[in-house]
Amino acid sequence: MSDTHAQTARFVRESMLPEREPPLAEVGAVKWVRENLFSGWLNILLTVVSAVVIGWILLHIVPWFWNSVWKAGSLSQCREIRDEAFGPGASSACFAVITDRWHQLVFGFYPQTLYWRPVTALIVFLIAASPVLFPRLPRQALWFSAISPFIMFWLLWGGSVWAPLSVLLGIVLAYVAFRIASRFVSPVLAMLAGVAVAVLCWGLLAGPLTTDMSRILPIRLRAVGSDDFGGFMLSFIIGVSAIILSLPLGILLALGRQSDLFFINKVSVAFIELIRGVPLIVWLFTASLLLNYFLPPGTNFDLMLRVIIMVTLFSAAYIAEVVRGGLAALPKGQYEGADSLGLDYWQSMRLIILPQALKISIPGIVNTFIGLFKDTTLVVFIGLLDPIGLSNAIRASTDWNGVYFELFVFIGLMFFICCFSMSRYSIALEKKLQREHR
Amino acid sequence: MSDVAHEMQTSRAIDRSQMQVSDEVAIQITDMNKWFGQFHVLRDIDLTVYRGERIVICGPSGSGKSTLIRCINHLEEHQAGRIVVDGIELSNDLKNIDKIRSEVGMCFQHFNLFPHLTILENCTLAPIWVRKVPKREAEETAMHYLTKVKIPDQANKYPGQLSGGQQQRVAIARSLCMRPRIMLFDEPTSALDPEMIKEVLDTMIELAEEGMTMLCVTHEMGFARQVANRVIFMDQGQIVEQNEPEEFFGNPQSERTKLFLSQILGH
Ligand SMILES: Nc1ncnc2c1ncn2[C@@H]1O[C@H](COP(=O)(O)OP(=O)(O)O)[C@@H](O)[C@H]1O
Ligand SMILES: [Mg+2]
Repeated sequence: MSDTHAQTARFVRESMLPEREPPLAEVGAVKWVRENLFSGWLNILLTVVSAVVIGWILLHIVPWFWNSVWKAGSLSQCREIRDEAFGPGASSACFAVITDRWHQLVFGFYPQTLYWRPVTALIVFLIAASPVLFPRLPRQALWFSAISPFIMFWLLWGGSVWAPLSVLLGIVLAYVAFRIASRFVSPVLAMLAGVAVAVLCWGLLAGPLTTDMSRILPIRLRAVGSDDFGGFMLSFIIGVSAIILSLPLGILLALGRQSDLFFINKVSVAFIELIRGVPLIVWLFTASLLLNYFLPPGTNFDLMLRVIIMVTLFSAAYIAEVVRGGLAALPKGQYEGADSLGLDYWQSMRLIILPQALKISIPGIVNTFIGLFKDTTLVVFIGLLDPIGLSNAIRASTDWNGVYFELFVFIGLMFFICCFSMSRYSIALEKKLQREHR
Repeated sequence: MSDVAHEMQTSRAIDRSQMQVSDEVAIQITDMNKWFGQFHVLRDIDLTVYRGERIVICGPSGSGKSTLIRCINHLEEHQAGRIVVDGIELSNDLKNIDKIRSEVGMCFQHFNLFPHLTILENCTLAPIWVRKVPKREAEETAMHYLTKVKIPDQANKYPGQLSGGQQQRVAIARSLCMRPRIMLFDEPTSALDPEMIKEVLDTMIELAEEGMTMLCVTHEMGFARQVANRVIFMDQGQIVEQNEPEEFFGNPQSERTKLFLSQILGH
């Protein structure tokens, strides 16, 4: 016994072990299949049942797609073509409704001759969005992104160019006022001063400026009313505007909810809880019906604008909660590190806290955006012609009475493409930030 | 004050030529009290720190050491008494607080580097935004101090890629970039592996040799003996004993101090 003990207790390594390759894992498709699908009776049973179910579904869907008709003027014509080609009663999709009503599904009732305007607006949007989404592009391009909303607004709604320009002027003046005021008073007061200047400018200056300048230099596009907007264009405009506007508002609300200032804190909490606690559809009805009672008579506040504001407020409340989660996840040391260096509140938020908190919140933020984008279809209930609304309108015509799945499949696919790209982008962004900050 | 040869953490002798205590007051704390809710953390603290002093604060866990030095740059708010730093009284005026914070450097137990910024950006951030130093100049200063703490080659890495000891030295460099007149340390070596403690202590010793005013919460008694000109023992939110290191370690007066010293020194 004492011998073995001496053997085990005394040990001196004479040479260090060299590094070795890990053992090769056994690989191969057959092995994978056997391990994952056919290991044990229960798994074999489940595999067989699943295969049958999948086969049955495919058996019905594949011919439906395969036999689909893409060129026809009405549903009955579609049926005739099908009967001729595949025999009567064969399973066959009639996607001709989409080719036939393509323009309507995309542009709603926007004037045919002016289709170039939304298309140009889309191109402007894509150009403006790229420097924001891809930081490797030159930063100067952000200036174009900043003014692009005004270009897009003018292209879409038309009218005198001076209307969006005077709105832009208000914002520029507000910013100048903010910069000047922040030299003398606290940032919050300076911000209020900026807002006041903007409101004054829009209230007093914008109207006369637009009319006068339109007389002097009449640059205008044919005006198109919001009633004519529809289809994916409408969903896209509402969705994208709300996404862009709700992020900064949500961040401010999250900071407000964290704030030590009693008033700001309580207002943020009340706003978030109220907006979140009531279904979006109720807010949309509020936007479409109630607001008219509160606004001074005679003001015709565009319905689409009201909807955009409501959807923005709604998703801002959700964004605020997501960002609050990110803020709470940061260690207290980050706040103290920033404080101990003498950074003031806004500096430490902008440079230290928010970049990290937002990075944590990316999945939640994109989740909210995806939800928001799909929720734009709810505007059908207040009479706006989004794709779902249009599908109802299309079905109401005698030509296409009875077409259901084809339209929904198409609408679903379009939404899926948008939402899926958002999701992929967010994953790529997360990965990139993960790599950078390690 | 004589050199204590045993228990030295560093192998080299300390250059005391610039370690001079002037009679200019750097920090004056009078009758300061602080509560966390009902809990009386700091009780009647009176402390005057002269420029050039190196003070080590020790005491059992929970005795209020961290809270005391965090009050000095207003990371914690005191409820009674006065704290005057560099002639500026700490009040609730945000301007004063930010001014004091930019004059007083602080190093934390967990470094609190900004993980989303590179080492260089960590060091230039405050000079650029608080002091409004041009970027180029801030980077030069940062490289100077990073060289001083012996990690200039890591400037473009992120904090997560560095070892604990390196991170703490970056944190010291980051504070120094603001050219503070006072440095506060809150247990800068407690979160480090033993082999990294020395490199951080060496950096702190160099700082002391240059005549920096330092307040240091630490349990590194070797450092206290070598560098400090005053050791303060705190317990239950009070200053129980303070003395020159030799006297403090050789001839402690209070029973609490004796107990504490026997616990951390006598293994
Ligand atoms: N934010 C806080 N809220 C309530 N109690 C606290 C807070 N921070 C510290 N304390 C308490 O104050 C006492 C002193 O803490 P601290 O100054 O960190 O002690 P030390 O640094 O000496 O270990 C401890 O009992 C601790 O639990
Ligand atoms: Mg502590």
